[in-house]
Amino acid sequence: MKTEIVSLLAIGFASVALAAPQTFDFKDPKGVNNVQFLLDAPLEPISGSASGISGTVTFDPANPGATKGRIVVDAKSLFVPNAMMKDHMHGKDWMDVATNKEIAFETKELKNVKTTGDVTTADAVGTFTLKGVTKDITVPVKLTYLKDQLGKRMQNAKGDLLVVRANFSIKRTDFGINPKAPEDKVADKIDLTLSIAGAAPQK
Amino acid sequence: MRRALQIVALVVALSALAFWAARGANRGWTITDKKVTTLDEVTGLEGITYEKGFWPGVDFLGGVLLGAGALAGASLLIRNKPKTQN
Repeated sequence: MKTEIVSLLAIGFASVALAAPQTFDFKDPKGVNNVQFLLDAPLEPISGSASGISGTVTFDPANPGATKGRIVVDAKSLFVPNAMMKDHMHGKDWMDVATNKEIAFETKELKNVKTTGDVTTADAVGTFTLKGVTKDITVPVKLTYLKDQLGKRMQNAKGDLLVVRANFSIKRTDFGINPKAPEDKVADKIDLTLSIAGAAPQK
Repeated sequence: MRRALQIVALVVALSALAFWAARGANRGWTITDKKVTTLDEVTGLEGITYEKGFWPGVDFLGGVLLGAGALAGASLLIRNKPKTQN
């Protein structure tokens, strides 16, 4: 009887430990994490990506609605496939990456949370900082919790993965990115696609 | 000399057109890095890398054709030597 009680308590403690929020690190050693951007102006569509992603997200599989986190993109990792265009984009008139080193999104809360199996969709309300300007925005996100899948991605590692996908748009002029530039050449609307995975190794 | 310059201009223009067409007839700006996507099977995410190279765009084509045109135009300023009669 005593052994059974101890076993039940152990299972109970283990369940509590497993249900606890986990912190996922989004610095990806495999270099897959990226954010893609598209400015679809009538005369000149501009597309590119950024891979310098870091940040952490605290996610509780038992309570996905309580997810909180901060994702950071290194502004210097912004890339377009034309070398001259990339230099202009990094320059003072446009992104001024020497001064504004980070692009960041920090969640305040999740709204409209819907979970089916390991997939949660929600509207992430938070602050978006770009070129030194911070604004409140709402981003529709899809979170996919991959339990015990870290080992498949990294040898000799144990733990879980959290995949975050988001598609949203911002306005270039809202963040002071060369607001005088003609919109037929450089669109005001910037479409962003975030595709990132974070790891929570077991300790 | 005039004829030689015109032939050079034509060869330059045709070579540029052929090179532009052979490298994919890119109707945007010249590209020095091409996007390559790879699927991460565990997460289902597509990773992005860039392949270094040179894919000429309309700026390259326009520049070379303008140069060839200038060369052909300059040829018109050269006077042919008058033919000597024996």
